[in-house]
Amino acid sequence: MEIERKLLKRSSLERLVDMMRSDGNMIYAPQKKETQVVFDTIETFADMTEDYIVSNQSPKFVAFPKIEKILDFSISQEGIRQEGTQLAAFPPVVVLGCRPCDADGFDSLTAIFNWDYKDELYNERLKRTTLISISCAQKDDYCFCTSVKGHPGSTRGSDILLTRFDGGDYLAEIVTEKGKALTEKYAALFEADPGIEKDKFLAEVKPRFEVEGLVQKCMGMFEHPVWIEQSLRCIGCGACAYVCPTCACFDIQDEAAVSKGERIRCWDSCGFGLFTIHTSGHNPREVQSQRWRQRVLHKFSYMPERLGVIGCVGCGRCSRACPVDMNLSEHLINIAEV
Amino acid sequence: MEQDNIYLPYLMQIEKVTDEAPFVKTFRLKFSNEADAAAFNFKAGQFGEYSVFGEGESTFCIASSPTREGYIECTFRQAGRVTTALATLDAGDTIGFRGPYGNTFPIEAWYGKSLLFIAGGIALPPMRCVIWNCLDLREKFKDVTILYGARTVDDLVYKHELEEWKSRPDVNLVLTVDPGGETPDWKGEVGFVPTVLDKIAPKSQDTIAIVCGPPIMIKFTFPVLEKYGFPDDMVYTTLENRMKCGFGKCGRCNIGKVYVCKDGPVFTLQQMKQLPQEF
Amino acid sequence: MDELKQKAKELLEKQQVAVIIGYAEGTAGRTRAVFALKPEDSEKLIFDERCKQNLAVYLMKHEVKHLGRRGIVATIPVMRSILQVASEYQLTEADVHVLGITPEGKLIEFDGFKPMEHWLSGQDVGLSAGEKDELAKLDGMSMEEKWAYWKDELSRCIKCYACRAACPMCYCIRCFVESNRPQWIPIAANDLGSFEWHILRAMHLAGRCINCGECGRACPVDIPIHLLTFKGVMDVEADFGVTAGLDAGMESLLSSFKPNDKENFIR
Ligand code: SF4
Ligand code: SF4
Ligand code: FES
Repeated sequence: MEIERKLLKRSSLERLVDMMRSDGNMIYAPQKKETQVVFDTIETFADMTEDYIVSNQSPKFVAFPKIEKILDFSISQEGIRQEGTQLAAFPPVVVLGCRPCDADGFDSLTAIFNWDYKDELYNERLKRTTLISISCAQKDDYCFCTSVKGHPGSTRGSDILLTRFDGGDYLAEIVTEKGKALTEKYAALFEADPGIEKDKFLAEVKPRFEVEGLVQKCMGMFEHPVWIEQSLRCIGCGACAYVCPTCACFDIQDEAAVSKGERIRCWDSCGFGLFTIHTSGHNPREVQSQRWRQRVLHKFSYMPERLGVIGCVGCGRCSRACPVDMNLSEHLINIAEV
Repeated sequence: MEQDNIYLPYLMQIEKVTDEAPFVKTFRLKFSNEADAAAFNFKAGQFGEYSVFGEGESTFCIASSPTREGYIECTFRQAGRVTTALATLDAGDTIGFRGPYGNTFPIEAWYGKSLLFIAGGIALPPMRCVIWNCLDLREKFKDVTILYGARTVDDLVYKHELEEWKSRPDVNLVLTVDPGGETPDWKGEVGFVPTVLDKIAPKSQDTIAIVCGPPIMIKFTFPVLEKYGFPDDMVYTTLENRMKCGFGKCGRCNIGKVYVCKDGPVFTLQQMKQLPQEF
Repeated sequence: MDELKQKAKELLEKQQVAVIIGYAEGTAGRTRAVFALKPEDSEKLIFDERCKQNLAVYLMKHEVKHLGRRGIVATIPVMRSILQVASEYQLTEADVHVLGITPEGKLIEFDGFKPMEHWLSGQDVGLSAGEKDELAKLDGMSMEEKWAYWKDELSRCIKCYACRAACPMCYCIRCFVESNRPQWIPIAANDLGSFEWHILRAMHLAGRCINCGECGRACPVDIPIHLLTFKGVMDVEADFGVTAGLDAGMESLLSSFKPNDKENFIR
């Protein structure tokens, strides 16, 4: 679909929020909560903050929540009954104000969740989600989207991309059919292309490494001292994975009282020591350096090779969240150089 | 819309429980729902996720042959949370099953060749599926040799079937137990599987070798096969890894870029040699 | 801290240690742990008020442990962690060389644990005034308010276990949250799962927490989770007169019994 450009005035965006809400959408938007910026539901446009770089946690939860129920079961005299999660009950969601890198993250997740087997829990949630991103006017030292094929004004992955220009009005780029349907539904709010030069309103993020070369290099780097060197200070928590917009590792668990319960899918992390342990006690990834290698190679070698996508959008969340300052882009530059 | 949920298991009823060895049982399972049974099919080598509601899922292979229709069987050792719960169940109880997942043994490609099965310990179940599959098509193959070893006589699983294979003129069965694991009336070999294999001196010409067992056994068996001239692409094995989803999403089972749940569990020795050291 | 660099270099040159664990400049104004393996690596070492991470966590880490004898830049919390884990038989004097840093930022060395214990006995190791205030605020709340407070805070918990991973006293390879026969607590980060996880962790740290605050600093969603174990520090001190991490020969509080122990926790 060819991208259409329209004007969305600030006052129209305010009205859009109200209208989408009264039409039954849950609207998630970034909000300042004490020390953090979090995606949570908003009631009005005023609840949202625009003054932020990226949220602490990614909005991936709209399609891949930290806990997803797979099924309910009950056990009685008559036997076992199970009922799968009702996909039709997932609510329509709008994510407003996520970043281009966040939108990009869903492409990586989609590649994983549709690798031959189609994961309808994920797909159904995403299908009901409209992503109205806002391009980045600010960045910090951790941002490196342009090194991994992204851009502060990239439209990829978004249904609509907004770019704020002088005076607080927005250029709206309508990227997908879903975005188009939304603009048609609320047609009165969208006006003619303001004809602005979008690039003037974007942050400048300088590329730090050449990703094609890095991916090529990673393919031959399984045995390399760099994994131990880099990971000596890694303490093996799951913070990086849980804040990452593309990390999809999960666990499947039953939670039950005596006669009924549910089976759930919940976030997990390849950084945890027992992630791969066998019942026999054998553990193929026994030490942290092997787990750090898995994290990096999964994103920069296995995913590109098997799924055709890089498993990183350069949002830098992992590095901001890391309690021990494992800085991914720094490590990647180092890998490109060794 | 239930069929859209790839995590939703089939309900299956336990039809028969067989005690195989200490802590090892076999379940024969039937689909609770006729339509599920009709739609289901699998091939030798594939695995599934078996679940006890309230305890969770556990991964193991389908141990029965696809040529035996109407049921599947699984053999498991009581070890973790789920298998411990499974072990308390009886005929008539219901469990969950998702599958089949993974690749398969290319049995049709083996037609006209001799087969050498080498199994150790609890690893006979994945092998049993192929063995029966091939024996049910016995005329398609030349010689069939089965070498099976366990720690002790007590630990040998599928004892009835071992008897049956022993009595068949078209199967050459060699049983062995580790030194010290024999009983006074033990008539089989005594020695580790690789040693006994060396003793049998298998012919490699036109022969497919299928090896399943604990990592240590596999490690010492490959060189013996090499010694007798088995080419790497004629030697098959199955790998195990910790799994949750079974279809390439949960991120647990990969060895480098290779996903045991999707690309495996069946690998040739040639493929194994290209895997990074991460298993 | 030229003195620190010099000392570290010497130790590495003389091969008295295989590695010096210290602080170095990190990214975006942060500092980070550094592992000096060669004498020239000691040039990277720094020390200033930003250097807060409790480095003792690395002493028990597999790859670091296997390097050999470890030298470590140790502020008071690091020293106390060392004594605490030593009292739990995770570490001996032979395993570590302590490059102590006094509250004034001076280098201080100890010939073994005894002198370190002696020096520590003269230091203020209690909670800071600010930390005491925070606890007092919580203590002042009614049961319902406390419940609401923690429910709100813990609703953000994603069970990344950064709090656990950052804590030198959380060295178990299989933590109780990973023990599943029986399954003690729900794996999921739901209300029950998160409450049980944190309450149990706090209990496991009673008499062991040395109030470094690392768990709270590590938390990526800024839950002040250290307040739970800090509460334990206060209670244990008040009820049993025990302060963790001052004595490598200390008996474990929760597994020892004295006839005059208070039993006011049994209600
Ligand atoms: S790996 Fe780090 S920088 Fe890349 S997408 Fe994930 S959180 Fe963002
Ligand atoms: S570090 Fe924070 S989010 Fe992670 S498990 Fe601990 S309290 Fe929860
Ligand atoms: S078992 Fe989940 S990815 Fe292989």
